[in-house]
Amino acid sequence: MKPPVFDYFAPNTLDEALSLLAEHGDEAKVLAGGQSLVPAMNFRLARPEILIDLGRLSELTGIERLDGGQNVRIGAMTRQRTVERHPLVRKHVPLVHETMPWVAHPQIRNRGTFGGSLAHADPAAELPAVLLALGGRCLAKSRDGERWIDAQDFYTGLFETALEPHELLAAVELPSVGPGEGWAFTEMSRRHGDFALCGVAARLKARDGVVEEASVALLSVGDGPTAAPSVVEILVGQAPSAELVSTAADAVVNDIDPPGDLHATPAYRRHLARTLTRRVLTAAVDRISG
Amino acid sequence: MDTMTREHPSSQQPEQGTSSRQIPITVTVNGQKRHGVVEPRLLLSDFLRHDLGLTGTHVGCEHGVCGACTVLMDGDSVRSCLVLAVQAHERELVTVEGLASGDTLHPLQQALRESHGLQCGFCTPGILMSMVPFLEENPNPTEEEIRIALSGNLCRCTGYQKIVEGVALAAEMMAEGSSPEDVGGAES
Amino acid sequence: METRYFGKPLKRNEDHRLLTGKALFVDDVTLPGMLHVAFKRSDFAHGRILEIDVQAALERPGVVAVYTAEDLGDYHQPGPLLLPAPPIEGAVFHPRMQVPLAKDKVRHVGEPIAVVVARSRYIAEDAAEEIFVDIEPLDAVVDLEGALDPDTPKIHDDLESNLAAHVVQSKGDFDSVVDKAHRVVRRRFFYDHGIAAAMENRGIVASWDARDQQLEIWDTTQAPIAIRNGLAGMLGLAESQVRVVAPFIGGGFGPKIMMFYPEEVLLPWISMRLGWPVKWIEDRAENFVATTHERAQIHEAALAVDENGKILGVEDTFIHDAGAYNPYGLTVPINSQCTLLGPYDVPNYRSEFTVVYTNKTLVTPYRGAGRQHGVFVMERLLDLAAKELGLDVVEIRRRNFLPPDAFPHDHGLIYQDFSSLVYDSGNYEPALDKAVKLIDFAGFESGSSEIEPHKRRGIGIVCYVEGTGIGPYEGAKVTVEPSGTVSVVTGVGTQGQGHFTSFAQVVGEQIGVDPTKIRVVTGDTRLFHWGAGTFASRGAVVAGNACHAAALDVRKKILKMAGELLEAPEEDLELVDGKAQVKGVPAKAIELGELASLANPMRGAVEPGTEPGLEATTYFGPKHGSTASGVHAMEVEVDLETYDVKILRYVVVHDCGTVINPLILEGQIQGGVAQGIGNAFYEQILYGDDGQLLNGSFMDYLLPTSMDVPNVVGDHVETPSPLNPLGIKGAGEAGAIPVGALFAQAVEHALRDEGLEILEIPLSPNRLFELLHDREGIASTEESGS
Repeated sequence: MKPPVFDYFAPNTLDEALSLLAEHGDEAKVLAGGQSLVPAMNFRLARPEILIDLGRLSELTGIERLDGGQNVRIGAMTRQRTVERHPLVRKHVPLVHETMPWVAHPQIRNRGTFGGSLAHADPAAELPAVLLALGGRCLAKSRDGERWIDAQDFYTGLFETALEPHELLAAVELPSVGPGEGWAFTEMSRRHGDFALCGVAARLKARDGVVEEASVALLSVGDGPTAAPSVVEILVGQAPSAELVSTAADAVVNDIDPPGDLHATPAYRRHLARTLTRRVLTAAVDRISG
Repeated sequence: MDTMTREHPSSQQPEQGTSSRQIPITVTVNGQKRHGVVEPRLLLSDFLRHDLGLTGTHVGCEHGVCGACTVLMDGDSVRSCLVLAVQAHERELVTVEGLASGDTLHPLQQALRESHGLQCGFCTPGILMSMVPFLEENPNPTEEEIRIALSGNLCRCTGYQKIVEGVALAAEMMAEGSSPEDVGGAES
Repeated sequence: METRYFGKPLKRNEDHRLLTGKALFVDDVTLPGMLHVAFKRSDFAHGRILEIDVQAALERPGVVAVYTAEDLGDYHQPGPLLLPAPPIEGAVFHPRMQVPLAKDKVRHVGEPIAVVVARSRYIAEDAAEEIFVDIEPLDAVVDLEGALDPDTPKIHDDLESNLAAHVVQSKGDFDSVVDKAHRVVRRRFFYDHGIAAAMENRGIVASWDARDQQLEIWDTTQAPIAIRNGLAGMLGLAESQVRVVAPFIGGGFGPKIMMFYPEEVLLPWISMRLGWPVKWIEDRAENFVATTHERAQIHEAALAVDENGKILGVEDTFIHDAGAYNPYGLTVPINSQCTLLGPYDVPNYRSEFTVVYTNKTLVTPYRGAGRQHGVFVMERLLDLAAKELGLDVVEIRRRNFLPPDAFPHDHGLIYQDFSSLVYDSGNYEPALDKAVKLIDFAGFESGSSEIEPHKRRGIGIVCYVEGTGIGPYEGAKVTVEPSGTVSVVTGVGTQGQGHFTSFAQVVGEQIGVDPTKIRVVTGDTRLFHWGAGTFASRGAVVAGNACHAAALDVRKKILKMAGELLEAPEEDLELVDGKAQVKGVPAKAIELGELASLANPMRGAVEPGTEPGLEATTYFGPKHGSTASGVHAMEVEVDLETYDVKILRYVVVHDCGTVINPLILEGQIQGGVAQGIGNAFYEQILYGDDGQLLNGSFMDYLLPTSMDVPNVVGDHVETPSPLNPLGIKGAGEAGAIPVGALFAQAVEHALRDEGLEILEIPLSPNRLFELLHDREGIASTEESGS
């Protein structure tokens, strides 16, 4: 279980990294935290010819508030553990803060990066679903310039994103939590820190006792993070109640076509999706009223 | 087919073209500056064990699940099988060999012995290197917190109970700055 | 017995080295000029090898040699058969053994085909990938029950079918009690036991020194002496030319005693061939396919009881999966067959098993070694009978225990050690009573605790026995050195069981030396080369008693010499603090080290009939195994929304006779329970129809973590074994054996309102969902899964 041979570049600046990507894009793989890529290389399942290590790019790290506090920007190379502990995240993007302990173990989060997990697009990963539920946007950079990709457009398939081979995920902007909002994340995994059999992230916003906005995203039930518009449709415009939550949660099966694998059949995953959606919505509603 | 036996490679010229270039790196391990010239693909776990001779760090799965290879990098616990040696360049590492000062064991080492928190001892270095920063961050943990913190390290011998007891005892010892005899309670 | 060290919860002597990273494991061995080995293994479960081309691999810079079966010449032989057919009338056994490198056919995924030797492991793996092997795939035999169908392909072409063995054992006459039974409970059971997954994978370093004509091997084996002797024979060397060291080993649990793994045969040969030291360290991916497993058995079993729940008889027919080869003999199924009887009085028993070859990794003993399967069948049958009779699960067990005066109890069956299945001693009811009390059955039944509406709680209790400490023998050499250091050397290897401490306690007790001052060496054939190995919970029993016997012999020598020197009768002497002294007169004393010097004089002669030094080598071999027993109980909580199960409380009351070190014993029990929980709810090796392993990583093969294993509350009953002077019974496997049966019972109890019968292990949340919903017909509208 030793990685195959590759060429290695460790650029010192973002410009240098983008030039390398422009030159090698198709054969190159970006090394962020390496917590998914290196094991895949050890199994020789991933065999990049060229590895571009972003570890020295301090330009891609950091957490700050933008737009008069409306958004929080997280640099793609910010370590997951830093995100987890950061006071700005805890206060303004509490859904991210709450989700982080579900991501593997501290030893992994100490190396794993926020952007790395998002760009890896593992359908069983927590952070892509959280991104989708929050509805943030992603900053893609290349030698030719930069562009923003909305969260709902970022994921395009199994381990696939809208990023072009020569593009790099540089940062993510996530909306800060506002008044009348509730949120929650939960998942079912076989063991603490494992990839989930099913997981749900939800965010609700209420005004005058009525759900004004809602977003729900699931993991491990499709090719990537999966939105649940049927659930949202039932919630919006209604006064939150246990009954409403239950009805909405049951509708989640209309939005998913989960795969079966060694640990969960599609039927069990659908069942879990309903249960966990109900739990998450209940917790989110409690937060609105609380 | 015939056996093909070539010269021992120590008598050969360095190979051309098969592996990528060798990269010089410098790391600080257990307070000492160490140098190496490594292939980029060399895992940090192999660099520590085989290039630097620090065989206390153990390799159990090489895919980041078992935790036996955990070391500290700039103070944080990391899986050394999921870090390339080149990524450790100019970083500060601590391995299990760096825990004791001289003949005096780290309180966590003492406490694990007191509580019989190890059997074959293969996973133990990784457990130590995960729990040392955990106790620094959370000096007074509950049993549940210890169990969560331990859950990224697999142990096949102990059933974890005595490790959990050992970590709790270490926390007590570190709080009191005392030895296990003073704290007592490890007799079971 | 008043003791100084024996029986005390002493901290372990070996821990300091392990805690500071200074203990030597096989992968820590580095030798000048050492080369590294990687294997090209079969990607197919079953197929004919048409061509192997190693040219590209050979040309890779850094590669020193590549070998295939052809290159081995006469050295290419099937491995030895460790255990022949058992002496059971009518037993059929068709053993087929693995070869070092596959020649014509591959029979399981991971079977080695070629071996690469290179400057580094990295390069060796690169080259192994470049070996081209053309294999004509054959249909894989995966399903146990289909293995003997006439149209199933044959795995071993020279056999008539995939039948590996067929054995019937019986006592009394089961058929005669069926008609007069009040009830006969008959069910089909599936029990799958997983893999050992020791944290350290296997590894071998071999070094042939042509000048010295010595072969040195470091091997992660549980049986270094047998490896030495076997290799010497294969390589045409004298046994004294081969040294096998089993240094610190990162967990054994059974599979590290499969003689001989192909890698064990090849590495020494390569070193002799090349004249350089070579190292192979198994990686985790290899471990899943190349280290032996335990796996499933399917049982059809019946229990006949009278109206009081007394057992009239048991009938069991089962099928056992050997994997592709069967060098270890029938240990696992015989253990299942014999252990099924448990602590119960079973007057009539008929047990028949069929062993089949499949295109999967070999099955050899893993902690419990088939005992789990038998215990599961018996305990589940008792639970089902109890339900039919309206008895509680504790009562039906109590009514069927062998009474304390029934020992020794001969079942009239042949056990895995080929001697009679005789229980040496036992006293089961006190353990049951203690367990009932500790788990608080009464408190549970009164249902006082608050639980969330979607959760259900259940409680369970099961009993088992374990045949432990089988022969043939072990030996030990105890030496008092002139420095006063005491050394103890024994042949068994150690994999974490605390031998460096417990053997020191046994010896220290007899010669009055603090165990921390006793240096124990295990598993180095240069220092001791008689013995069998560490397996079948026998280390403490057999090697422990050998240490005891050797210590007694040294004690005798000490007393004789000291008596002469101190001019006191031997019976007036005592051995304390490393001295022999006249009782109560510390002034009249002599240090043991000084005695050792005097016992090795530089002038004069050693008198006829005496030996120099304070040293003795002594052996111990029990007549047959001693039978440990125990009771486990647990309380579980099932989440009916996620189907997750949490173990709330766990109780073990165990009887392994005399205890050397209660701290180490607790560790053994707790660790065993953890593996049992893995077996019950987390771990299962899964194969596709094509014989591909589907979950060969720690991401998909789930070892329980610190969050999944509860604290174990333990207690003991001590019924010493009459078969050895120390009264010890083995304890290594006890924690693991009954957990599957218990988990099934407790979960079934939690789901009592659902009326579900659980007849299989392992379970999982997904499986519980399926079991509950299939039954309700829900699955007919949705996909059913794996």
